[in-house]
Amino acid sequence: MTTMVETPMLPPPGETREIQTREAINEALAQEMRRDETVIIMGEEIAGGAGREHLGIVDAWGGAFRTTRGLIQEFGNERVLDTPLSEAAFVGTAIGAASTGMRAVAELMFVDFVGVCMDQLLNNAAKMRYMFGGQVKVPFVMLTRIGAGFGSAAQHSESFYSLFSHIPGLKGVCPSDAYTAKGLLLSAIRDDDPVVFFEHKGLYGETCPVPEEMYTLPLGKARTVRPGSDITMVGISKMTWVAVEAAEELAKEGVNAEVIDLLSVSPIDYDHVLDSVRRTHRLLVVDEDTPVCSISSDICARVAEEAFDYLDAPPSRVTPPHTPVPYSRALENLYVPNAERVVTAARRLMS
Amino acid sequence: MAPDRDTLLELYRTMTTIRHFEERGVPETGQRGMSASVHSSVGQEAVPTGVCAHLTDDDYIGSTHRGHGHCIAKGVDPKLMMAELFGRSHGPNKGKGGSMHIADMSKGMLGTNGIVAGSVPLAVGAALTSKIQRLGRVAVAFFGDGGANQGVLHECMNLASVWKLPVIFCCENNGYAESTPVEYGLSVANVADRAAGYDMPGFHVDGMDVFAVYEAAGEAVSRARAGDGPALLEARTYRYYGHTVFDNPLTYRTKEEEDHWRARDPLLTFRNHMIAQGNVITAEELDQMDEEARVLMEEAVAFADASPLPEPHEIYEDVYADYPVDMMRRGANMSV
Ligand SMILES: Cc1ncc(C[n+]2csc(CCOP(=O)(O)OP(=O)(O)O)c2C)c(N)n1
Ligand SMILES: [Mg+2]
Repeated sequence: MTTMVETPMLPPPGETREIQTREAINEALAQEMRRDETVIIMGEEIAGGAGREHLGIVDAWGGAFRTTRGLIQEFGNERVLDTPLSEAAFVGTAIGAASTGMRAVAELMFVDFVGVCMDQLLNNAAKMRYMFGGQVKVPFVMLTRIGAGFGSAAQHSESFYSLFSHIPGLKGVCPSDAYTAKGLLLSAIRDDDPVVFFEHKGLYGETCPVPEEMYTLPLGKARTVRPGSDITMVGISKMTWVAVEAAEELAKEGVNAEVIDLLSVSPIDYDHVLDSVRRTHRLLVVDEDTPVCSISSDICARVAEEAFDYLDAPPSRVTPPHTPVPYSRALENLYVPNAERVVTAARRLMS
Repeated sequence: MAPDRDTLLELYRTMTTIRHFEERGVPETGQRGMSASVHSSVGQEAVPTGVCAHLTDDDYIGSTHRGHGHCIAKGVDPKLMMAELFGRSHGPNKGKGGSMHIADMSKGMLGTNGIVAGSVPLAVGAALTSKIQRLGRVAVAFFGDGGANQGVLHECMNLASVWKLPVIFCCENNGYAESTPVEYGLSVANVADRAAGYDMPGFHVDGMDVFAVYEAAGEAVSRARAGDGPALLEARTYRYYGHTVFDNPLTYRTKEEEDHWRARDPLLTFRNHMIAQGNVITAEELDQMDEEARVLMEEAVAFADASPLPEPHEIYEDVYADYPVDMMRRGANMSV
């Protein structure tokens, strides 16, 4: 059996094995299912071609984005469950199983579809432990997908993690690469609380060094991916790399930006952000979620409350507008934050 | 009631227009980098055609992610649709919706929909409006065999039944929800069997045969118009291509199965039927309609390419009827 090691928030310097984010997710699921036989996973197309084993068809899709490939061969169709197209039923069922002895993972193909099963998250997963006076734990993970930029229009492009952060009782993580995806997913499955795991469609093909053995990364902890002294930029999910790109641009102008990768959207690692802002005196949050009542507005509020005296500029943000995601590329390109917008906003804060 | 000659011509024209739209529009959209959201309905043409032949512009339909056929059958202009797929401002949605959200209220088209079974309650609501305002209109809610398992559909069938609403629930059962075979997800043999649970008639027809669809839909629609309440119509059909252009369907179904269904092609079936009937409509007339559809798509692509892209400020338009634009951009550090 592979052993579990505690690891720092960045890949170990000697690590040479590079894998894709999609492979890291797949590896974490397989390793944890091997280690803990109470772990089950269910969702639409997670194997695919369901019920056709007799025709030699198994694992036809391996997930809509191939993140669950191979699981059904190894763990069988009792632990790897393709579902009918019924999210309210299977998300709720996973929550029920999780509160009665399983560790249940359910995949919601795109976060935009959460409307049809939100009640199960809002009124069961999030509240059961509290309402029941602590009698129950809910080790449930909902894997889901976020991200615009693919010409998929308003119902397949949202990044609504803030919606979930708003709900007391749910935890949320937004990995930004293969390394954090693996470590955070292992933690999410082992956690006794319901966790929503947000995979960005634009990160699946990206690679980075990832240890083969199991390791966990703490939920609720951010990491610094680029140290700096002049301005703190906080990125979430793919936006971390947009912030890094902007930071490289700003460096040419003599501005040394620090980039924090938030990683968890509930709990939010305010202290990590505050420590940085107290040194740099400026804050710019780069977020793909919409700006009203969101993670980005929340971080700005917290910094204003707790580091007001340290600030040399107003806490600021680069986000999409308060609109649905437009289809036409001409508009979608304006919608998603890019390095240019981040640089422009940072310059304003520096002047 | 058997369709008269004019109706027959219209049925074929609609089917061949859908076929040509899909065969041309889907790859053209892909070449413009927008293929992620496009689903071809080739193979399924007879279903929207046979159903919508009973509807006027005043009636309503709600559609699905695989909705180009529904749009065309309901009278939406293919040129405008093509512009929408290309993200151009002459699309009915001004380029802001794309393939999965094409809506044309002037044609009673309540939108294709990216949420499976998402448009079903919209059709039920349109039926409610018609009932309250005594408009005599009916509504059709299209959904797939996968959509048949969404909770909202079941709630809607019950509600429409107890309120006796003029709505037809039309299931296009093409055998698969993405890669999942219908028999895996469905607890009964046929979707139509579920009608009994909601006290409405259930029709199960061959969805490759436009006459069968036409006949059953005629009965369901006239019942609804007469105030006798909803019906469930299941048409068994097949999509020839993958779920999207990225899907290879041979990972979950066989070539033999595909060939079996393709041999029962709805356009071909129609053609053979006409010949068997003693050329009520001649092969030349059918060829002529095919050619006209081909030319129409030629024009549609040119029209769409010539249509302007949306202007940057349009990103803020149509979010609300009334809302300050400043509130949509404030704090976002937008470039427009
Ligand atoms: C609520 C919801 N769940 C999942 C999806 C992803 N999805 C899109 S189409 C589809 C399959 C739909 O199958 P069916 O209803 O049979 O329609 P078909 O594609 O066969 O026309 C799925 C699972 C979605 N769009 N909405
Ligand atoms: Mg189907």
